[in-house]
Amino acid sequence: MPELEDYRGQKPTWCPGCGNFSLLKTFKEAMVALELEPHQIIMVSGIGQAGKLPHYTRGNTFNGLHGRTLPVASGIRLVNHEMHVIAIAGDGDCYGEGGNHLLHAMRRNNDINLFVHDNQVYGLTKGQASPTTQEGTVTKTQPYGVLLEPRNPIALAVTRDASFVARGFTGDGAFLKELMVAALEHKGFALLDILQPCVSYNRINTLSWYRERVYRVGEDHDPTDREAAFRLAQEFDEKIPTGVIYKNSRPVLEDSIPVLAGKPPLVRHPFDPAGLVKELENFF
Amino acid sequence: MDYSIRIGGQAGQGLQTIGAVLAKLFARHGFEVFTHQDYMSRIRGGHNYYQVRFADGPISSSRRLVDILIALDKNTAELHHNSLTPGGLAIYDAETIKERYESPEFLDIPFRKIAIDSAGVRLMENTVAVGAVMGMLDLDLDLLNELLTETFSRKGREIVDQNIAAAEAGSQYARHHCTQCTFVVPSMPEKSRRMLLDGASPVGLGALMSGCRFFAAYPMTPSTGILNFMAGKSMEYSLIVEQAEDEIAAINMAIGASFAGVRSMTGTAGGGFALMVEGLSLAGMTETPVVIFVGQRPAPATGLPTRTEQADLLYVLNAAHGEFPRVIMAPGSPEQSFYLTGKAFDLAEKYQVPAFIISDQYLVDSESTLDGLDASRIRYEDYRLRADVLARREEYKRHAYTENGVSPMAEPGASRHLVVTDSDEHDEDGHLVEDAGTRVRMVEKRMLKKLPLIREEIAPPLLYGSDDAGIIITGWGSTYGVMKEAVDVLQNRHKIAMLHFSEIWPFPGTEKFDYLAVLNNAERTVCVENNATSQFARLVRMETGYEFTHLLNKYDGRPFLLEDLLEYLDA
Repeated sequence: MPELEDYRGQKPTWCPGCGNFSLLKTFKEAMVALELEPHQIIMVSGIGQAGKLPHYTRGNTFNGLHGRTLPVASGIRLVNHEMHVIAIAGDGDCYGEGGNHLLHAMRRNNDINLFVHDNQVYGLTKGQASPTTQEGTVTKTQPYGVLLEPRNPIALAVTRDASFVARGFTGDGAFLKELMVAALEHKGFALLDILQPCVSYNRINTLSWYRERVYRVGEDHDPTDREAAFRLAQEFDEKIPTGVIYKNSRPVLEDSIPVLAGKPPLVRHPFDPAGLVKELENFF
Repeated sequence: MDYSIRIGGQAGQGLQTIGAVLAKLFARHGFEVFTHQDYMSRIRGGHNYYQVRFADGPISSSRRLVDILIALDKNTAELHHNSLTPGGLAIYDAETIKERYESPEFLDIPFRKIAIDSAGVRLMENTVAVGAVMGMLDLDLDLLNELLTETFSRKGREIVDQNIAAAEAGSQYARHHCTQCTFVVPSMPEKSRRMLLDGASPVGLGALMSGCRFFAAYPMTPSTGILNFMAGKSMEYSLIVEQAEDEIAAINMAIGASFAGVRSMTGTAGGGFALMVEGLSLAGMTETPVVIFVGQRPAPATGLPTRTEQADLLYVLNAAHGEFPRVIMAPGSPEQSFYLTGKAFDLAEKYQVPAFIISDQYLVDSESTLDGLDASRIRYEDYRLRADVLARREEYKRHAYTENGVSPMAEPGASRHLVVTDSDEHDEDGHLVEDAGTRVRMVEKRMLKKLPLIREEIAPPLLYGSDDAGIIITGWGSTYGVMKEAVDVLQNRHKIAMLHFSEIWPFPGTEKFDYLAVLNNAERTVCVENNATSQFARLVRMETGYEFTHLLNKYDGRPFLLEDLLEYLDA
């Protein structure tokens, strides 16, 4: 049985007070709760403060490029559908640079878990607006305030019929752990948007700002009701819902591909060059 | 005997089918065949042609003039009748194209009427045309009937019979009405059936036989043929083919699949490769093997989407930020496309680097005959650490420092050992670092140690022709066939040779073969390139200091024809 100690990685270099610390702690707890050993997971991360998370825990890791976590994760999952694949990205990383990949990953529906560290700002490049920054926020690159409407990732995912859509908050670790576990247990593409404060560059969406607004979605919400989910997804103002907003049981891509369905992972299929020689005959 | 047939018409008229059937038929008759295609970027209409050359001796290029022109539309008749050889004939259906030509090089064959009279359906008019060509050439129809049976048996006996009747009627018509026909076609020795291969299929075959398990791509001419080929095999073999949302995703998927433990590939054209460049650098940094097919076409930007050029050599060589080793193979024929795809996979896996196969529209869409391919020449060795080996290991570091710079590559999840890599500079464990010392050792490991070892694996250029040549024509990639044939034709008049480079990077040294001595010994050295700025000649100068005495460039989007080289070299 795995223990928390198995997930101890390098010492984080995040700013003191960063929401990533509690997110990392929760991540480790979730892996232990799922009884997963570090070698049974593959973390695929992008660039930004979120992208560094795999180094601060333990597991197979592909820390790739900004915005490109999802295609790498899809490639991995297609050739080894026994691995638990967790894509770890930031709001700029996944909702900006990698926006097109997100749209298609939701459509492709590989059994991948996408954890987005959403602090509504660019941290590593020091304070520019991200796709989730609130309208009107003044930054160094938006001197007259952000003119664009923020992207609502939850509403986007519900409209795209993503297989599992949830929102968590680093200030509510116990609930975040439940959501991480639920995402990994769900069969299909799972988006978990995680609200977290950025202590260095986001003076608006602070820990107390979130605490005043965030609430847990109650038992009365049926996450399989897409219309109800879409209504709930609109809420991001005085009240911000956290929990499983939407889920469905769409077929998973790797279960639908003939050479994979009901078979061992592709990476373990034997290779028989002699069986291929007949292919040459088609050209005579 | 050396005849060329050009089939011209609009997209959607079936000229490709006629061309493909004729090419396969001549190959089965035992002739040498070479075809090339010239088509527009549209689905219907426009003007396209397919040229099929067949001979009783070695050929490897297309000619400017043709002996038979099949004009499926008025445009073709008027554009191409001047391209007929003396004694050449243009056949057409006056009623269909609504035009009648009186000059003696035209022969009206009512394809449509013959189809309706013989098979009862208008649809068979192209089969009538094929039959007519057989009649004009005085070839019997046994092999054509066999081919029609193979091609149409899926559609039922009736369709097969209709095709056979249409071919017979077309042949009879031509035999009775072609009083001008003077074609003499020798019969070839029995059992000389040849393999006929285009330039895309052997890349797919080479990939399959190299153990490629994952292919992700976004369609783009002229690379789509490989995506189609691989997809066609993905029902039968352990192969995943994923059509990605864009080329950025395609290369990242291939890298992910490779990291997870299988041989992976992607394919694109120059424009799509532009999107992949960031991912190429990722493969370089993470030392993840990946094979990339780049089919060149004329650019900049969208350029001439369905035509040919060799203008992406220095781009493929220099693309991506930073320094890391890469392999570039530039096959010159279907045969080389097969073996060099195999070699690209082997080197990519052995040295954990990206490896390219660069081709172009001309090579991809041309077909030629060969005796066969030898699958046993594709080297396959699994260089990765799998469960059995990993279970016995005490320790594992993905980017461990080693004597030759190659760190053992483990399959993640196959053991308790963790496989960690990073696009940031990293330590032996694969974790992000920034210290200067590690940086230096990693650059040495990744780049400086591996590059000379890969260079040793690269074959020297091929010298073909005179050992003591006064004229040397040099080229790379798809100009192989036309240069080779030019040497064959001119060797009686000149001391001439070809120097062809098909393994381009790491640039071959002179240890195995001193090609520089050969060049220095010649009076006239011509670098032949399908581009405007002699990219290969510049590369040779950069790597060796050698400067060609002459440069021959073609950048109209069309391939070099045999006459282009003969006229230039004889002048």
